[in-house]
Amino acid sequence: MAQYLIRLVQVHESFRKPEIFALAALENINVEVLSYDESSPFCTVKLHDEAAARALISRSILSKAIFELWATSSTYKDLHAAIRQNTASKWVHYKDCSFKFEVDAYQGKRSAAAQKELIESFSYMGFNGPIVMRGADETFCIFEEWDGSGTSLKQVWMGRLVARGSRDAITTYDLKKRCYISTTSMDAELALLTANLALAAPGKVIYDPFVGTGSFLFAAAHFGAYVTGSDIDGRSIRGKDRKRNVKANFKQYGLEGRFLDAWVADITNNPLRAGRWLDGIVCDPPYGVREGLKVLGTRDQARMKEVFYLENGEAAHL
Amino acid sequence: MKVLTVNFLTCAVKACKGTALSFPLHFRDAELVQQEMDFHPTFVRNVLLRVDWEGLKVTAAELGFTTLPAEKPEGEALDNEQLLKDLHTLLLETQVTEGKLVCGNCQHEYAIKEGIPNFLLPNHLGSAPKSEAAFVE
Repeated sequence: MAQYLIRLVQVHESFRKPEIFALAALENINVEVLSYDESSPFCTVKLHDEAAARALISRSILSKAIFELWATSSTYKDLHAAIRQNTASKWVHYKDCSFKFEVDAYQGKRSAAAQKELIESFSYMGFNGPIVMRGADETFCIFEEWDGSGTSLKQVWMGRLVARGSRDAITTYDLKKRCYISTTSMDAELALLTANLALAAPGKVIYDPFVGTGSFLFAAAHFGAYVTGSDIDGRSIRGKDRKRNVKANFKQYGLEGRFLDAWVADITNNPLRAGRWLDGIVCDPPYGVREGLKVLGTRDQARMKEVFYLENGEAAHL
Repeated sequence: MKVLTVNFLTCAVKACKGTALSFPLHFRDAELVQQEMDFHPTFVRNVLLRVDWEGLKVTAAELGFTTLPAEKPEGEALDNEQLLKDLHTLLLETQVTEGKLVCGNCQHEYAIKEGIPNFLLPNHLGSAPKSEAAFVE
């Protein structure tokens, strides 16, 4: 067991821990949270090994990265003391590899010169390899958490990068670059996060009963699931023309190979076969003004019994 | 619309739910196309567990595929890559673009247009909607 530091993002705070636990369940990893606070982007956890850390965070949307925690303290003096005392045996492994240092100050700022000075203060570890800013073998990071006013330092951490999260995907699925969207399309970050919470993964079937323009399906398919959806409004599935519809979006992302079907149905009179054939349901149910409640049928009992016939005598609904 | 999806769906009319005749829905005047899909053996193995095999045999026969094994392949049979590929072709790559799906119980026809089936019911077949307040509860 070793300690790791997760660098979270400071958005959708209440979903951050659930996402970590969801990914832990998905990858069958034991996670023990040592410190976590809604107001801080730093979370320390205990994990079995580096492979577990990588598996846990590599598809996370609300984590930037996970680091092997070398030391933490409220002052630099104690931090250096802890690093000297506890990690001296590790230094030799990084003696010759290329490396770089980063400074990540939360609610604080440091000029480039101050950052350099800070990094130099760690020179006693004796890393002699080349310093590479892009594609270094190892990345070390110094984290600082300042109080809200940015005047006093609350806590510092030092760690080695193990794996980055999946925040790049948010840019990939950005609504601004999607060929077909509507007023209520779910934003990429929340859709991807939802797919993580629903444990979307290769070999699974995920369903969205209010599919609209398909936002949740792309997110679930991104993580390898096969996806299917339905909507009461067929126009949202068929789209505006050949290049602007749900299928065209799948094509844009190269995910059409995981798209099962989208069909038109009312969830209160749905055609789903009873049985456990789904792995997950993700959706943003209709509410509010832009997309209010719509269901089939009428409360007028007399109209319920009516069957409409066309001029040629056929029932209109057939 | 893919053969796999048909296996997951039944008639939307509430009175038909659970009746033997309402599943599987039957294709009528179906126009078929083949479209390539990602082949993942794990997915085919996984999804086979959820497929209603008797229903799939009916659907496959109606579309002209008569070489399906009589019993659902299980255990070692699933190591046969060719079998998985054949099933993948039938379940995922065989698609109906135009046609109808018909319920064997109430005879209601669901139209399929541009590959998208429409399961909306006319007034007399739907259930009366609950009041909005009932939904909120």
